[in-house]
Amino acid sequence: MSASGLPRVRFDHVTLAFDTPKGLLPVVEDVSYDIREGDFVAVIGPSGCGKTTMMNMLAGFQAPTAGRVLLDGRPVTGPGPDRGVMFQEYGVFPWLTVEENIAFGLTLKANRVPARERAEICRRYLDLMGLAAFAQSYPKHLSGGMRQRLALARAYAVRPQFLLMDEPFGALDAQTRSNMQNLLLEILAVERKTVMLITHSVEEAIYLASRIVIVTARPARVREIVEVPFGYPRDEAIHERPEFGELRSHIRDLVMDEYRAQQGQVRPVSFSE
Amino acid sequence: MKDGLRRSLLVLSPWLALVAVWYAVRLSGLVNPALVPAPHAVAARFADLLWNQGLLTDVAVSTRRVFVGVAVGIALAVPVGFLIGWFRAARQFADPVVNFFRALPPIALIPLVIVYFGVDEPAKIVILIYASFFSGVIVMMEGVAQTNPLFVRVAHTLGATPTEVFGRVIVPLTVPHILTALRVALGVSWATLVASELVAAQRGLGSMIQNASTYFLLDVIYVGIICIGLVALLMDLALRRLSARFLAWQERAGS
Repeated sequence: MSASGLPRVRFDHVTLAFDTPKGLLPVVEDVSYDIREGDFVAVIGPSGCGKTTMMNMLAGFQAPTAGRVLLDGRPVTGPGPDRGVMFQEYGVFPWLTVEENIAFGLTLKANRVPARERAEICRRYLDLMGLAAFAQSYPKHLSGGMRQRLALARAYAVRPQFLLMDEPFGALDAQTRSNMQNLLLEILAVERKTVMLITHSVEEAIYLASRIVIVTARPARVREIVEVPFGYPRDEAIHERPEFGELRSHIRDLVMDEYRAQQGQVRPVSFSE
Repeated sequence: MKDGLRRSLLVLSPWLALVAVWYAVRLSGLVNPALVPAPHAVAARFADLLWNQGLLTDVAVSTRRVFVGVAVGIALAVPVGFLIGWFRAARQFADPVVNFFRALPPIALIPLVIVYFGVDEPAKIVILIYASFFSGVIVMMEGVAQTNPLFVRVAHTLGATPTEVFGRVIVPLTVPHILTALRVALGVSWATLVASELVAAQRGLGSMIQNASTYFLLDVIYVGIICIGLVALLMDLALRRLSARFLAWQERAGS
């Protein structure tokens, strides 16, 4: 992956403020940056700072109150199957089996495919995500990591160009989280997507992303954008590289700085390593 | 085989205990025996009513009333409860009204029902519809209001149209609430049945109990009560079977 592709997404002086009884509460303020074709952009900042709101605007759940979020030059008007979204709470449909969950998007008018093709796509992602043995199970029988793999499979099945992830591994234990990170890198190596990842783990951001947007305490503004000096494919060994450590302490300093600025404003938060 | 035996023993034991307590109360001398018919006397009366006095007709008449009342009541409660639950604005003004009517005991409405609907079959059904509707509407309303918006969001990101979101996400999430509403309405309706059959009913378990009380036929009253309980229990079991079949996906304690 290179970061030299065409700009696909542009945050153009984006501001979003909530109308509260106490007046306008800005959550995102004058944010501008681009996401290019093939980019893996991680957005990192203190919890509750408004980074999820940024992703929600690109996903089409929320509209900016000022500025524009452009997708291939056109303002985002709503959610769509070109942008797959993964949530921290998985969002797998509990009333459908694993296979039916993956097939769900393919049965909608927007991306309907013939039954045979649907079955092939399901089979492919069941295998890729290691869920084949659970094809006929309901999600209640799956662990957290498996549910998130299912959510990833379901998002991939409709062939989105973008993958938007809101702290997707935040609810997982350290081991599962690390496995999921590797699985994500593997599947991205096979089927490239342009990715926006919201996280508050510095290590996760460096390990996965090609660029990292560090945002300030609320209201979220861009504090700094750093390029990650590692190419793909990557493996765990890059954690040991000196550049990794330098980048980590640099970003951590910035984030801790913002975290301190935010304390007293919102509830405290713990940073995961 | 041994397991089956143990299971039926487990299911039967509370009933056997109940009968034992019943005998104990009667034999203890604490209560005037004239006021507590013995279980075997009630059983004999049961057989007599069954063979000679058309007990099954009473059971059928009552069951039909409950069935129609619940069916109509829930058919109305599902869309109404859904709308109130789904739209927060609707909930704000409908909630107190619904609770007001639900709090009114159906029995208190009987004089009015007689005035407006007379004393025939419609009057009894109306009371049961009323009881099922308001108990069902509450369940639907609360259940739908708690629908996780995440699922709707996910469906939108996968490209679902509003119609598809409704049919493929909201409907499946509503089924459990419909089944719960049915169960609650069935319970309330059986409880209300006796009251509804106070309205000059010729047949039915409620009127059987009512007539028996006029002549102080305690054993008949007992038979009537047991029949109501039994039929209600059977209906509830059937509904639970149905739930287990349709809601196999639900996470439940102990599953």
